[in-house]
Amino acid sequence: MIRFLKLLFAYFKIGSMNELQYRANFFLQIFQSLLALVVGVFGLALIFNQTATLAGWSPAELLAVMGVFFIMGGLIRVTIQPNMERLMSEIRDGTLDYTLTKPADAQVLVSIREVRIWQSVDIFMGFLVLVYALLQIGNGVSILDALAFAAALVMGGLMIYCFWLMITTGAFWVIRINQVVELFQGIYQAGRYPVGIYPGWIRILLTFLVPVAFAVTVPAESLTGRLTWQTLSLALALTVILMIVARLIWKFGLRSYGGASA
Amino acid sequence: MKGTIDFYLTQMKLAVIVQFQYPLANYFYMIGMIAEPVIYLVVWSTVAVQQGGSVGGYTPADFAAYYLVWILVRNMNIVLTPYAWEQYIQRGFLSMELLRPIHPLHGQLAYFSGWKFVVIVMWIPLAILLSFIFKPNLDPTAWQLILFFIALWGGYLMRFMLLWLLGMITFWTTRVSAIFELYFTLELLFSGRLVPLSLMPEWAQTVANLMPFKWAFGYPIELILGKLTLQQSLLGLGVQLFWTLLALFFVRLTWRAAMKKYSAVGA
Repeated sequence: MIRFLKLLFAYFKIGSMNELQYRANFFLQIFQSLLALVVGVFGLALIFNQTATLAGWSPAELLAVMGVFFIMGGLIRVTIQPNMERLMSEIRDGTLDYTLTKPADAQVLVSIREVRIWQSVDIFMGFLVLVYALLQIGNGVSILDALAFAAALVMGGLMIYCFWLMITTGAFWVIRINQVVELFQGIYQAGRYPVGIYPGWIRILLTFLVPVAFAVTVPAESLTGRLTWQTLSLALALTVILMIVARLIWKFGLRSYGGASA
Repeated sequence: MKGTIDFYLTQMKLAVIVQFQYPLANYFYMIGMIAEPVIYLVVWSTVAVQQGGSVGGYTPADFAAYYLVWILVRNMNIVLTPYAWEQYIQRGFLSMELLRPIHPLHGQLAYFSGWKFVVIVMWIPLAILLSFIFKPNLDPTAWQLILFFIALWGGYLMRFMLLWLLGMITFWTTRVSAIFELYFTLELLFSGRLVPLSLMPEWAQTVANLMPFKWAFGYPIELILGKLTLQQSLLGLGVQLFWTLLALFFVRLTWRAAMKKYSAVGA
């Protein structure tokens, strides 16, 4: 475990130093994040121009959902997505060999190599939006709520990671799956709104197939007094199951990896 | 003239053949694109139901029709991305294009036009499938259908020219992504892509009328949904023509200046 943390820290340091060379990207990222915020707020304003609540969620509560949406989106783009994109191209080009020969667990390695720290602007902005929304709601957040939020956020992130890893592992068999990135980003947009507003079959897709519900809606529920212990337990169970399944699929996929010269 | 037409036909045929080779990739692309309109559709249908059946003149069935046509228009609207210019210039692809005896604009325009036929053919089964799920209210008259078809291509042509113009900024500066992002954000808000423009406040609708974006996107959709009179529909085609010619004028002007400035890598 200590070895894992050391490895994680080392890769984080290398990745950050790499990115820190490009200062201008930082300002570009701030600009992009602000544009995303404007679009998000504009969209909500249009909706609440016409109605007082959306499926039982008040404007401030939906703003909180948007905050969580930005936080999770930022987390995905800081670590999960760049790692998985690199994995995809390495499987295709056969350069995964270099990673597989290293004396550490390959799944760990392919999951922590890349870090795009400038993207964390989104996480920071998401927190600001969330705090502002919570002040607007004005109900206060107990320590228990905050803990539940943190737990839900971590589990949601892990589920998204498992989802990405399973899809990316598909590249061992079908090689070209670049469109998956766009496909995921399109579907993730659904998390902007609480999944409760979607019709049944879409809600099931967003809960179990692409775990957007657990990544965004559930953490937001914990801060708006909607979370039940049943939901949190279900999240825990699903996280464990997905982690195991993703691991098995990864192991299975590795067996059909040919390498560059094989 | 005959040579140019031949060139266009060949280039378009080539695009159709190439794109039909990758039906799966094209479908993946389209499915990824469906997520966005379906989200808008669900949200606004919920609002409409909450408000007693309709909002801004749209019932859930109207929204379904709007976002179904949206998918087609969105795909027709896809042209050469301005981000491609960086590669063109940096890697010297453009130098190759310049050696040909025909302006590079023709090649791109013809290729994307050919691709559009593939897009239309692939949209049809998708639209039928989504119609079963969302039950759209779509019943255009003959003239609306004809004008819609013209407006669809007019919007494509217009957006093609505008984005060419935008992309050419790359000749002068390499820090273009902030400008592009700003352009696309304005487009998202004021084109009718996010939401039918009649749901926006008055001032935003006025702004949208003065900007080009809506004429390539929201206008054709409103046309086939029967939201416009014959006069308004014809006026829209005129506005499309105006923006297309204006953009073309500046493309020519900028192109001449750009060619003086351009020096390829390795030249």
